[in-house]
Amino acid sequence: MPHDSHDHPHSLLPSDPALRVKALETLLTDKGLIDPAALDEIIDTYENKVGPQNGARVVARMWTDPAFRSAMLDDPMPKLIEMGLYGRQGEHMVIVENTEDTHNMVVCTLCSCYPWPLLGIPPGWYKSDAYRARAVREPRKVLAEFGVTLDEGVKVRVWDSTAEVRYLVVPRRPVGTEGMSEDELAGLVTRDSMIGCGLAREPGA
Amino acid sequence: MSRVHDMGGRFGDGPIDPAPEPVFKQDWHARALALTLAAGAMGKWNIDTSRHARVCLSPADYARFSYYEKWLAGLADLLVATGVVTEDELQSGSGAVSALSEKKLPADRVAEVLARGGPSTRPSNVAPVFKPGDWVRTRKPARNICVDGGHTRLPAYLAGVEGKVVLYHGTHVLPDMAAHGLGESPEPLYTVAFDATEVWGAAERDGDEVLADLWQSYLEPA
Repeated sequence: MPHDSHDHPHSLLPSDPALRVKALETLLTDKGLIDPAALDEIIDTYENKVGPQNGARVVARMWTDPAFRSAMLDDPMPKLIEMGLYGRQGEHMVIVENTEDTHNMVVCTLCSCYPWPLLGIPPGWYKSDAYRARAVREPRKVLAEFGVTLDEGVKVRVWDSTAEVRYLVVPRRPVGTEGMSEDELAGLVTRDSMIGCGLAREPGA
Repeated sequence: MSRVHDMGGRFGDGPIDPAPEPVFKQDWHARALALTLAAGAMGKWNIDTSRHARVCLSPADYARFSYYEKWLAGLADLLVATGVVTEDELQSGSGAVSALSEKKLPADRVAEVLARGGPSTRPSNVAPVFKPGDWVRTRKPARNICVDGGHTRLPAYLAGVEGKVVLYHGTHVLPDMAAHGLGESPEPLYTVAFDATEVWGAAERDGDEVLADLWQSYLEPA
């Protein structure tokens, strides 16, 4: 396994990152270890098929279906499997709900763990040193940078994803959405709101 | 004790830029991610080994590499460490067909492999000694007690802090062992809630909490 040394093998690769990927892909393809078409398929999956629209469906259904909401807060895995939302980096989901007095926020300080089947590939800011370093110590200042200000009475819970458990935040349902369908509601649920760095959109906003 | 990746609570980083961006900002980002996943499907390493490969980058490389450059460097180092690729092949950029090629992930199996995932729960004979509501204290310092300088998922900022168990997740593979090929050693995993004031000395607001998922051997009764 890799260990500490001053001559890591990776330094043998070209210095330009795009060329570095190309060199590794070519080598592994020549050695029969990689099918370039499989790479295309993986990219297509996360670029076009798996993304925050999945999480938004879950949230909208939790807003409208009390039995589903209660099952998801208890153990979301059976329902997620049923909905086809199980997979890599989403094997052990926990769903946490924002309430009048608690706001939840998710980070991975040690790397960038994220619930892929529900939210896709994490955005750049989630993987940034600044977010990883600061979210646990000064969540309110971080939220302010996302344009979110919490009432002083609201407690913040920051979940640091240090194991293989992955977290999804259910934002509060905006007022004035009583008559809206599940699909319309899903349109209000932003990616950032399901990480706890945003709020759901107001209808018509 | 700590490594460069263990940055929770660190001072000095600038503001966060939440501006929207495409899923992959550059084509090579997408390629690097896909290459890493496809190579992982050969089964020569596990998630803990691959995380450890990334965090073993020198602090200078870790700081200057972008996210996917860390992945690429980790992948190259793992390929050599596991004997899948030689240093000569890495340098020359070409090599002979590998005996491992039968493990290649074909395009038509991608959907199935991604959907199957890789759960980390395992049966274990280690019984849970804590339950939700119990007070615990984390180990201090945050270190791998089996391998000097080895992998651990106890962040330095949470070492030696008292907190309350809020969730029990069953028994999971222990990264401190699995990252080093020492077996999976599954043991109970908990979510522990810590008072932000206890963690940081002064919190942004009294009553705020930080929670983390911690294995039983990281904890002692408080």
